Amino acid sequence: MATKRSGVLTFEQRLARLEQIASELDAENVDLAKALSLFEEGIEHLRSAAAELATAEATVQRLVERADGTFGVTDAD
Amino acid sequence: MTSRRGARSEPASELELFPAAEPAPRIVEEPLPSYVGSATYPGETAEAAIAVSTLTETARDILEGAFIPIWVRGEITDFKAHRNGHWYFCLRDSAAQIRCVVWNRDQRRIPAPPDDGMLVAAFGRLTVYPARGEMQFTVVRIEAEGDGLRRKALEITRARLAADGLLAPERKRALPRFARTIAVVTSPDGAALHDIVAVVRRRRAQVRLVVVPAAVQGDSAPDELCYALDQINRWRGADLVIVSRGGGSREDMWAFNNERVARAVAACYAPTISAVGHEVDLSICDLVADHRAPTPSAAAEAATLSKTELEAELRRAAHRLRAALAAKFSADRDHLRHVARDLVSAAVRQTSVRRASLERVSGRLHALSPLATMARGYSVARGPDGRALTSVAQFTEDMPFDLVLRDGSLPAKAWPRSDPAS
Repeated sequence: MATKRSGVLTFEQRLARLEQIASELDAENVDLAKALSLFEEGIEHLRSAAAELATAEATVQRLVERADGTFGVTDAD
Repeated sequence: MTSRRGARSEPASELELFPAAEPAPRIVEEPLPSYVGSATYPGETAEAAIAVSTLTETARDILEGAFIPIWVRGEITDFKAHRNGHWYFCLRDSAAQIRCVVWNRDQRRIPAPPDDGMLVAAFGRLTVYPARGEMQFTVVRIEAEGDGLRRKALEITRARLAADGLLAPERKRALPRFARTIAVVTSPDGAALHDIVAVVRRRRAQVRLVVVPAAVQGDSAPDELCYALDQINRWRGADLVIVSRGGGSREDMWAFNNERVARAVAACYAPTISAVGHEVDLSICDLVADHRAPTPSAAAEAATLSKTELEAELRRAAHRLRAALAAKFSADRDHLRHVARDLVSAAVRQTSVRRASLERVSGRLHALSPLATMARGYSVARGPDGRALTSVAQFTEDMPFDLVLRDGSLPAKAWPRSDPAS
């Protein structure tokens, strides 16, 4: 889990990871070095999530079923 | 009489009672008998008599030509859902009655089979059933007084879904807090989609809406809704599904009371929100879905977090992270402080314990010391070998010894013993 880097996570996953980091920090048996590395990871998640929040927009698409039974989406606007 | 549909397997008596699905084929006109005598038209004379079937066929042609399809009101009696799939009943008032049939294929437009005693308006076409020579009203729609048929249909559907546990509260799944992709089953041109998109845009919610088009009213709506939900189940790309349509008449929204549609909603792999019509409209879909929204807009609100809410969420997470780290440091500091305090007090405690035992030992030592006795004026005689001389018998004449006193010792010598008797 700690190896999960922040590149591919969704906003929700980031928040979940942040929650987890905070819980780990709350645990009594975490040494300071580990605590600091957890904190740094947390800050990274916060930064990425905030960046994502700043750019993303709602999109409206339409589900399209292809002849071979696979699915795709097309822009509906 | 013959039937194209193979209803031939029915017992003859039933065939007579209940006409087959298709109107009986026109009986091929037999060659008209050559009129005899003075007859100028068929049936004018006994010799020119027409066949019974010719009479009923002709009557049917005239009746069907004379009446356009019409609504007729009356009370249902003798209702029978025949095993050939068709419904038979009489429609009557205080003075008259007419036999009615609803063909199997026309039943889908009727919410539920009517019950005897129901006051209804039936829409259909007047015809003649030649096999019995009776007038027959071929019904394609029925509206019961007080919307009785729809109420009955709802009750039936509801009971069937409840029997399968599909209405149980414990089936309801929680909606994802952060849905990323929301499938919207609705008409692509409808007000519902327009409202949902408007709400999502206004809230600047970060979601992908994927419209899965389906007719939301009309005969094809149940099939299309089921198909759309089936597509979503095969696609598996959404983490939340909204099934929705805008307001309309009760009839417009009827597809959302369809049992198959309800079961398709229940079978959806992702949590579902049902938003059909307005606040006051409650559909079977609403009962089956994991969440019921009163309007399409409300569904969009329930499905998404606004950008503001997301930012607040992020701030909370940041605060919690910092607080956790700060707590970590302060916990360590406190721990250190406690350890130091414990160490000092342990050391102090050890010292005082030892001092006390030292004092105890030295007191005892002191009490046992002969020096204390000598301090009170006693002395000890010690022989050359250092042993204490405690008896007269240990002394000999002129024997030297040491006399040990409180503050030192003196060399001494024993004098001749004076006889106690002298």
